[in-house]
Amino acid sequence: MQAASAQAVLDPQVTEGRTGDGAPAVTLSGAWDIRALESRARMLKSRLRLLSADSGRHWDLSRIQRLDHIGALLIWQAWGKRRPGRLVLAPGHEVFFSNLDAAASAASAAPFDPLGLVRGLGARMLHTREHLLGMVELIGQILIDSLSLIRHPLRGPWREISASVFRVGTQALGITALVGFLIGVVLSYLSAEQLKAFGANIFIINLLGMGIIRELGPVIAAVLVAGRSGSAITAQLGVMRVTEELDALSVMGIPHTVRLILPKIVALAVAMPLLILWTSGIALIGGALAANTQLGISVNSFMSGLPGAVPTVNIWLAMGKGVVFGALIALVACHFGLRVQPNTESLGIGTTNSVVTSITAVIIADAIFAVIFSDVGMALL
Amino acid sequence: MNPIIEVAGLWTQFGDHVVHEDLNLTVMPGEVVALVGGSGSGKTTLMRQILGLEQPARGTVKVFGIPLHGSNAQMVQKIRKRWGVLFQEGALYSALSVYDNIALPLRELRAFDEDFIHDMVMLKLDMVDIERRHAAKMPADLSGGMIKRIALARALVLEPELVFLDEPTAGLDPDRSESFVKLIRSLHQKLNLTVVMVTHDLDTLVSLSDKIAVLAERKLIVYGTLKEAIAVEHPFILNFFLGERGLRALSAMGASVKLLSDGN
Repeated sequence: MQAASAQAVLDPQVTEGRTGDGAPAVTLSGAWDIRALESRARMLKSRLRLLSADSGRHWDLSRIQRLDHIGALLIWQAWGKRRPGRLVLAPGHEVFFSNLDAAASAASAAPFDPLGLVRGLGARMLHTREHLLGMVELIGQILIDSLSLIRHPLRGPWREISASVFRVGTQALGITALVGFLIGVVLSYLSAEQLKAFGANIFIINLLGMGIIRELGPVIAAVLVAGRSGSAITAQLGVMRVTEELDALSVMGIPHTVRLILPKIVALAVAMPLLILWTSGIALIGGALAANTQLGISVNSFMSGLPGAVPTVNIWLAMGKGVVFGALIALVACHFGLRVQPNTESLGIGTTNSVVTSITAVIIADAIFAVIFSDVGMALL
Repeated sequence: MNPIIEVAGLWTQFGDHVVHEDLNLTVMPGEVVALVGGSGSGKTTLMRQILGLEQPARGTVKVFGIPLHGSNAQMVQKIRKRWGVLFQEGALYSALSVYDNIALPLRELRAFDEDFIHDMVMLKLDMVDIERRHAAKMPADLSGGMIKRIALARALVLEPELVFLDEPTAGLDPDRSESFVKLIRSLHQKLNLTVVMVTHDLDTLVSLSDKIAVLAERKLIVYGTLKEAIAVEHPFILNFFLGERGLRALSAMGASVKLLSDGN
């Protein structure tokens, strides 16, 4: 740009000719820097490669106006990574080529591994085992730390627990209400068609009551919380690992199980049952409204029919599920958060794995509940 | 010669907090300019303004004669290919290996084949004195000094005319920072770069910079050579250059006592 005032900088040019003694010669001129080469690199390289096939050729590079490492490397590669015998350089350009001469390239490809698949499978198995061991270790550590907490209850992280309850519980009320309401409406509409065909309109109360309170409410709330709070917990702990905040806590003698993990597990175990009650309640309201329009059952009679259709023990069962789901989600999220490596990619993978694993864990736990309590709380018709 | 950087009447404001008030700065080609000032004096913010990472409240910032705000995106994109930035912590992409970090800007151009990129990356690693066996490592496995050098290699890979260095020697031990300063000086001489750096380190400042821009009280209070800067009576300058640490560094660097007595 500065040279422009003295002499116009030209595009890179290749001129073929002959020297005084009749030997073939080639002259390069113009600007051979990244700005000029960006759009022409491939074309010029193949042209130069053709020309360099003749080893006796005389190369005159003294008329190049601007050169940088990009241009020098392009020319040098076209020469077959060594200088030709007959070469003239501009005085200031020697430095670019001397840097290149020092660079002898040797690319080594990874050797082929015939047992790669088997090895990969084994590594995955060991990885899973390591995860399970890590989880057990974490639970054990939390139990040990909780014991000391019972001895000194005033030192407990009560403030952290209360803040966490607010974050995972109170702030989730909106989204759980919206999803619960819509699920209630959808379910009610779907069942209404079927029940109408059999003239069994009144059983909508049993169907929705049992389905939502016992199964759907807990699972929907748990999935929402796993996606919302589980990922947040993993990301928070992961970032704290990356920024060495976890190490700073350890050095101060503050065990992070007590300060960071325990409050989250307790908070989720407390907030989850309440969220489940809230979600189920809103879902039932949605279902009742839809039943009113579809089947003509008034909201009033829907609500007064509920206690007869759904025994109270189901609510306790749902809340019990809530405690377990909440603790599971927090535990899985913390486990993955603590295993984040100090780089951005690991943070992303950790968060994804945390959400997927906690939702899977919740569904598995729900299945276990269903089997164990299969004859508890069923209404007799 | 046309200036490479032209900052005219720049105001930077975050809410009610004014960082720069009617600030002017011109950098000519080939100069090494150091921005100094106390913590919170807006050195890094000024650099971010010149890089187009912040929006000026008033005033213009021109780089290579092109205003950063108000030009079309293509023009600004062209400028971005002509400068290289070394961030304070290196800002290497932690998900990519050393090799891929340096190769990334080259690959983005889509003009060169992998063989070319390989040789170019190796050349740049040689230039910043990093052994080639480190090319496959991830940034998390490297020491701070190596990260800085590799970040410099990445900043230089597109052969920039203008290089920004944010605290180039912060966090390095004296030996490493000495060799890093030497490296930057030799690159500056070889490649005829224009360098803008932010630094707190007097040794770096004295041994590298042609001109010093001192920021204080939201303004550029001095812009000139070290001698001119020291001659100005201002509490920050007195503390920074002529305080105990400053004098020690200046005399150690061979900036003679005569210079200082001239200054006083």
